[in-house]
Order: sequence, then structure tokens, then C-alpha cells
Amino acid sequence: MPKITFADADGDTRTIEANVGDSVMETAVRNGIGGVVAECGGSLSCATCHVIVDEHDFASLPPMEEMEDEMLWGTAVDRTGTSRLSCQIRVTEDMDLRVTLPETQV
Amino acid sequence: MGENGLLIVGSSQAGVQLAVSSRALGYAGPVTLLGDENHRPYQRPALSKDFLQDKITKESLIFRSQEFWDEHRITVVKGERIEKIVTAPDGAGTAWSASGRAFPFDRLALTVGARARRLDVPGAGLDGVLYLRNADDALELKARTAGAERVVVIGGGFIGIEAAAGLHALGKRVTLLEFADRLVARAVGTETSRFLLDHHRRAGIDIRLGSAVDEIVGHDGKVRAVRAGGEEIAADIVLVGVGVIPNTELAEEMGLRCDNGIVVDHHAVASDGTTLAVGDCANLPNPVPGSCAGERVRFESVNHAIEQAKVAAHALLGRQEEYGGIPWFWSNQGDLKLQIAGLSSGYDRTVVRSPADPLKHSVLYYRGDRLIAADCVNVPLDFMAVKQALTRRVTLPPDAVADPAVPLRSLLAEAAAPHEGNLS
Repeated sequence: MPKITFADADGDTRTIEANVGDSVMETAVRNGIGGVVAECGGSLSCATCHVIVDEHDFASLPPMEEMEDEMLWGTAVDRTGTSRLSCQIRVTEDMDLRVTLPETQV
Repeated sequence: MGENGLLIVGSSQAGVQLAVSSRALGYAGPVTLLGDENHRPYQRPALSKDFLQDKITKESLIFRSQEFWDEHRITVVKGERIEKIVTAPDGAGTAWSASGRAFPFDRLALTVGARARRLDVPGAGLDGVLYLRNADDALELKARTAGAERVVVIGGGFIGIEAAAGLHALGKRVTLLEFADRLVARAVGTETSRFLLDHHRRAGIDIRLGSAVDEIVGHDGKVRAVRAGGEEIAADIVLVGVGVIPNTELAEEMGLRCDNGIVVDHHAVASDGTTLAVGDCANLPNPVPGSCAGERVRFESVNHAIEQAKVAAHALLGRQEEYGGIPWFWSNQGDLKLQIAGLSSGYDRTVVRSPADPLKHSVLYYRGDRLIAADCVNVPLDFMAVKQALTRRVTLPPDAVADPAVPLRSLLAEAAAPHEGNLS
């Protein structure tokens, strides 16, 4: 089963078994990962599901669309080189993704 | 604290957030989240957008897993419609459902939302006249859409336009009738109304402004056409989106003050001093920094439901928390992503940034020299910059923002710098 590991800003981690086809955001929110807010429910409108993807995993993800790239300029914590909006990352077969959550989303 | 804990009536966005925030802040008593629909708590915004177009499943609308609720000791109750609530002066009491169940509580929160305003014309009760507010409405609309070719949408607000764009994308012939002389008049300025009108007309939706519906015409009890301004427009189904009415009946029977919603203070507390009211059903002092004293508002937005629920969770624990952030809204309409930051009401000046791309549009609203809001279509960069400017209470100079080649983010950096000393 695909796995997503969420590390919060303090370094505490939690690994969740995810469903193929769900987004990383949905996986986080339904399981109560507090560091993902996702006000807009995944419609790419709010930039409150910001995650910083592990550098080794980042290149393996499909590239982001322009809209996501623009939204990332408005995150509460400034974007880094491997920032993504987790609502735009689809869980795939055999995924083993590690992401870090920013200190705040709003 | 008693043994009955917090009863949240309405498993809405506001209700879910209040339950979650109460636990997160350390509320120790039982929490019951009670809804009148036979669904697990779900998110509404996509009902008129991706869900209507079968782009997402019902499962993806569900807020939290059952494991989450169990782990946080939040009892979720489905399908119980509360009919009567009695409270003692300390705020404790009992709510009774239509099925006869009693739900005792130490503290009550009303997150009962709003309902679709019904159309009041002859024929409004015909089979095939539909509304779109909750999941059952959306499921029925989807089921009926399958066999329909011609759809008439009544109402050019967010719901009407979103649904019209979605139904048009599904291949339906869509006519949209709006009573006013422009679209979404309640939420956006004239420039944005015009942009939306031009775009959706170009896309192939037949939009008629200033159109008063006289009658829905039926045959054998089923919708056949809509008559407006003397003309008959053939329709297999009619979707009505003419606004909502806040659900204040329970509050009124409890003796709580209501005026376009349940009247609450800055901390989401109703007029009895204990009952909390949050979300679409609440009428609150305008939380936007710089707004006139005594001005009250009722929001219909996800952002508001979340922010006010956080304030209410603090109030539950005896703390007074400021309402966070500035209001923002979004609406996805076919190819268009409209994002609104702030409240534009009361503006006296607009600056339109006109990007070369005809699918993009943004307009900034000013009162005097102060930036108060922006409507942005397919320009998240502008939306984000204005949202940040409003949050930091800085203005972007109106003369400078007119040039679409200048990123608002760069103006934000310049504008923020001289004020840093004052803000600290």
C-alpha cells in the first residue's frame, strides 16, 4: 500500500497508509494531520495545504501546473525549492512519499 | 463542567470546525456533532462544481474518517432533525429531535446554516424544478441531468453560474435568467460582472439579464418551459439559485435575538450569553479591520465558517480570541477560477489590471487611497498578493497597480517596508 510520511515543524512524524487516487491533502485531512488545513477542500484556491517535499522524492512527482506554482507564492510560510500544494499530489501505486509541514498554513 | 458536554447542531463546515477546534484547544467534555442529513459530514463547495461534473466522487467530499472522530472522542450523529431546544440560564439544556430522541448538553452551538430560497411564481412546485444546497439536491440534479437536454437556470449568482457552466460543459443547452442588470451583483463589482458575462456568453451559455420569471410552465405536472418577459424558454429541468435564507427558527423559539441570522457578538456568542452560533446562520459584527463600528454582516463562505468556529471554540473555553484573517471567497466557473479577497462594499474607486490573456482579469477596490478588496480571475498571484496586503494592513498604490506587467508581490514588498516600525 502507498505510504505518506508527514513530519511536522517540530520533527515529529506520522506515517499513513494512503489510497491510490486520493490526494496527499485528502490523506492528511481525513486522518487528522493538523498541519494541513485545506480550507478550499482541494480546489486549488487557498494555498493552505502547503507541504515541503523531501528532496529525493520531489523529482519523482509529476511537475506542477502554472496555477499551483502561482498559488505557492501566497503560502503563509515562504515556499522552498521543493514546496508543493498537497491537494495537487495524487497518491500512486507504490508511493512512499515524505513531506514536511510548514509551521503554519494561515 | 457537567457530563453532557458540547452539542453542536448542524454537521456543517462550521460544525465540523468547531468540533475539531474545541478538541484541539483542550475541551475535555463530550462533543456531539449532530446533522439532519443521512450523510457523514461533507464539504459543500464542490457540489455545484466538480461533483456536478462527475470529476470527483462522493467519498472525496467527506471531511474526516470515522477513525478520526473516534480518536478525538467526537460523536457524529446523522439523520436527526432537531425540533425543539430548551435551555436553562446557565446555558445547559436539552434538544429534542423529530424522531423523539433527547440530546442533553452543557453548552449548545448552532451551526445550522442556511437553506435555498424558494422561487415564488406559479408552477414553482412542478416536478423538475430543482435547487442546489445539499448533497441530496446535488444527487438529484445529477440524476435528472442525465436525461435532460435543455436546462434553464434561474439566478445569476455563484451557484447559478457555477452550475450553468458545469451543465454546459456536460453538453446541455443552458439558458441563465438573472433578474438584475448584471451577474453576481451582490459579491463583485461591475467590471467583474461584465467580464463573467462576456466569457460565459462566448462559451455558449445563453445569459439574459433583467429577466423576470413570470411562470414555470408544466405539462402533466412536469416542467416544460419557463416564461419570462412574455417569452417561453423550453426546459427539461429548471435549476433555481436565488440565494439562501439563514435557518434561525430554532434560535427564535429559544428567544435568541435574530436579524438576518442569529445575532452574535465578536466571540460568536448569541444574545443569551452562552449559546454559540457559527457560520452561514450567524450575524456578526463586521470583523474586517477598519470597518465601521456597529456594522454587522452575515457571511456565506467556507473561510468564515472556519475562522468564526475557531473564535467560538475559544469562547467555549472561556477565552476571547480575535477573528483571524480577512474574508475571502472562491468560485470555479468552467474555465474560470474567481478568487475574491476582502469585502468590496463601500468602494469608491477601482483599478483594473488587464492582462493580455482574455481568460484573466483582476480588479482592485479602494476606499479613498486604501485597498479594501480584489476580484481575480485566473490570476492567483494577484489574489495572493492582495490577500497578504490586507492581512498586513498595507495598501498597494492605486497608480502603480494598473500596470499588469508589474507583479503585485513586488509592490507588496515595497509597501510593507516603511510601515514595519509602526506595526511592531
